[in-house]
Amino acid sequence: MQLDQILQFALSGLSTGAIYALIGIGFSIIYNSTGIINFAQGEFVMLGGMLTLFFIGLLQLPLWAAIPCAVLVCTLAGMLFERLAIRPLRKPTPINLVIITIGGSIFIRGLSMLLWGKDTHSLPSFSGDEPITIANATILPQHLWILGITLVIIGANKFFFYHTISGKAMRACSYNSRAAGLVGIDVRRMVLFSFVISSAMGAMAGIIVAPLTMTSYDVGIMLGLKGFCAAIIGGMSSGIATVIGGLILGILESLGAGLISSGYKDAIAFIILLLILFIRPQGLFGKAESERV
Amino acid sequence: MLEVSGITQIFGGVTALKDVSFSIAKESITGVIGPNGAGKTTLFNIISGIYTQTSGTVVLEGRNISGLPPERLAPLGMVRTFQNIELFSSMTVLENVMVGMHTKSSSGLLACSLKMPWTFKEEARIRDNAMRWLEFAEISDLAGTVAGNLPFGKGRMLEIARALAADPKIILMDEPAAGLNSQETLGLADVIKKIRDMGITVVLVEHDMELVMDICDRIVVLNLGSKLAEGTPREIQENGDVVAAYLGDE
Amino acid sequence: MKKELFKFLIFTVLILVAPLAFKGGYLMNVLVFVGINTMLAIALNLLLGYCGQISLGHAGFFGLGAYLSGILTATHGLNPWLVMPLAAGLVGLLAYLIGFPILKLKGHYLAMATLGMGIIIYIVFNESVDYTGGPSGLSGIPALSIGSTSFDSDVKSYYLVWAFTLGVCLFSLNLANSRVGRALRAIHDSEIAARVVGVNARELKVRIFALSAVISALAGCLYAHTMTFISPASFGFNFSVELLTMVVIGGLGSIYGSFLGAALLTLLPEFLRAAHDYDIIIYGGLLMVMVMFMPGGLVRSVPDAVRKLVRLKGGAGNA
Ligand SMILES: Nc1ncnc2c1ncn2[C@@H]1O[C@H](COP(=O)(O)OP(=O)(O)O)[C@@H](O)[C@H]1O
Ligand SMILES: [Mg+2]
Repeated sequence: MQLDQILQFALSGLSTGAIYALIGIGFSIIYNSTGIINFAQGEFVMLGGMLTLFFIGLLQLPLWAAIPCAVLVCTLAGMLFERLAIRPLRKPTPINLVIITIGGSIFIRGLSMLLWGKDTHSLPSFSGDEPITIANATILPQHLWILGITLVIIGANKFFFYHTISGKAMRACSYNSRAAGLVGIDVRRMVLFSFVISSAMGAMAGIIVAPLTMTSYDVGIMLGLKGFCAAIIGGMSSGIATVIGGLILGILESLGAGLISSGYKDAIAFIILLLILFIRPQGLFGKAESERV
Repeated sequence: MLEVSGITQIFGGVTALKDVSFSIAKESITGVIGPNGAGKTTLFNIISGIYTQTSGTVVLEGRNISGLPPERLAPLGMVRTFQNIELFSSMTVLENVMVGMHTKSSSGLLACSLKMPWTFKEEARIRDNAMRWLEFAEISDLAGTVAGNLPFGKGRMLEIARALAADPKIILMDEPAAGLNSQETLGLADVIKKIRDMGITVVLVEHDMELVMDICDRIVVLNLGSKLAEGTPREIQENGDVVAAYLGDE
Repeated sequence: MKKELFKFLIFTVLILVAPLAFKGGYLMNVLVFVGINTMLAIALNLLLGYCGQISLGHAGFFGLGAYLSGILTATHGLNPWLVMPLAAGLVGLLAYLIGFPILKLKGHYLAMATLGMGIIIYIVFNESVDYTGGPSGLSGIPALSIGSTSFDSDVKSYYLVWAFTLGVCLFSLNLANSRVGRALRAIHDSEIAARVVGVNARELKVRIFALSAVISALAGCLYAHTMTFISPASFGFNFSVELLTMVVIGGLGSIYGSFLGAALLTLLPEFLRAAHDYDIIIYGGLLMVMVMFMPGGLVRSVPDAVRKLVRLKGGAGNA
């Protein structure tokens, strides 16, 4: 029986893990092109879910139409954020950037509360709630949607970064933005791109998870921080390492909640976060680098 | 005074230094020269404890200092300046030099916060000494200026004054003349000689050959991470390998 | 130095006579919180404004002070005056131990790690129901008293809290203008250059982190005894951000700035009662605006603006 239970927890952990991975990749993309950890990343996840609800509720759009609208608005919000808050910064020291992205994050959160109130809402599942049985464990169709969509996004991401001109230019910026600038890449535009991509990915993550976990104006903090934890485990990679990081985190969390205590579930991510930062700040799979003087 | 033996430094796949050895006599001025990327700054970073070398040892006055961090080396009498000046830019010129006296003073956190009687005396001593170093570097008229607003040349002098305030036995200077005009470079040469005459050993990395040949007692040449030659300025000028390395590079 | 002392004396006198101006009433209660928040803002400012190390978990240290005080006095009946140094000391020790690994991190990573630390502490407050009472809080914490006088009215609490706050102010002002204060600012500007002249940056950062935690815990003790009731909601991430906002608005690296920021953010919601729910929008907006347009904070921007205005007027007078 114990084994079945573990399988069950692992299965449901897998889909939350996929969400964390998507959010984590969003963090990494911005970090790699700008050196910024965007504390507002989680708010775009929240906005994804809330905006979908908004389009369904107010404009009576069907789900399949509301989703792209929500992603589009989120992406615009991400662009605005970069243009209005990040780019004009005269002294972009790490501390100023932390403060400004935190400011932006609670500003967005406050605005959402103002618009949509403090209630929690649920989004309809994409295709019903009939459980599916797999080897003594059951999962919901939404779990499959999450895994499927995550896979597609990660694939598209990989294609973009390795097979398109813009993607390659962005990678060049992340290795050495000065050199990239010298060979004629518009670095500022790539920074804007990175915000566009990661806010769109965040929004998508927020949308696919909302039917499972409900959503409200304040879900962004926790989801964002756990996504960051995934990225840290993956050494801020915008590829497979962060996906693995997300899955590890999702499964550990789900096992911890089921086998130890659900109250301390949220603490697990932060304990892992601290341990990794203390012991292997370069991530589970990365190599240490020395700072230049 | 200082003995560097068998220093090798590997960054990832790049070998920045390969088996570099030399020794430096007390109260001398030694120049370290070489084309860009030769490993000069890396060598300074290792000697001053900022990097830990892959292999090899650094011995200061008979004591093995390999792997000691910079804050442990300052009390032993080793300080340095930086290729890209590192000032405390939000603090005044005087305060910058006062920080230089950190190891020559001892009031702790609590004593300072509670203004214990003895801290007044120490504070006065720190201030007077710092003022004297500003006079030495001929920037005492700028004592109250915020360091971040200094013109570049004065910044270089401030960095030297701050290092001297630590009462060093040996000072490493990474390209002290870079960015200075010819007038300022002449002043710098005088200052460096004065420092040596005070009994402080000077090691400097420099591209200004006129300056190097003029003031150095000995010169070490690095190329592609290895020691290419070592000797008096005259020997170096006559060394075919050195000439070839420079001509080949520039 | 004389000038510094003079400024502090004026500040002290203003604080002492403030209650006369407000004639008791409910605003007195708010001024007590201004005192507590000033302590907290100074604590964070020593770390962030002087030493350049960010913390997004200071609400956790504040909460630990409050809970230790609350639990040991309300549940175990210990004397509050004994508990106060004990609580502050324990929190300081904890911060010292966490400080070594956490302060190895820099910038964004440090921000995330301290944030994680704060959230873990917050979760512990919520989940260890047997000790803390969980989300519904801990009540019955005794008010502080000396002999037979209990500090149970707003005016009495005001003087009690501000005695501590003024003490912390003076302590921090002294520190800022000393050998150690200079070393802190040096670490802020260039850690590597500070180390090269012999500042043990690692150790000093950890010590200032611990000191900052001790002051925050002390504020927590005072908070617990003046409120007599505490619950986890006061010690969450939002409060850490509020503290950050106070420090940034007032001015990084200015003790009086911390007072200004704390006073402004504590009084603002009282005057904007209607805006109560929107305070997070206001904090968020303020943080962004300050960093973008007034990075020096109010203490520096306001005098600058006044000076400019005076010069303009003077110019007009001459013409
Ligand atoms: N922290 C580091 N990480 C990786 N490579 C480095 C680092 N520091 C220096 N290097 C490399 O070591 C070599 C020597 O650099 P450096 O010592 O700065 O040369 P120099 O000062 O003689 O111009 C260069 O190839 C440089 O790229
Ligand atoms: Mg160099």
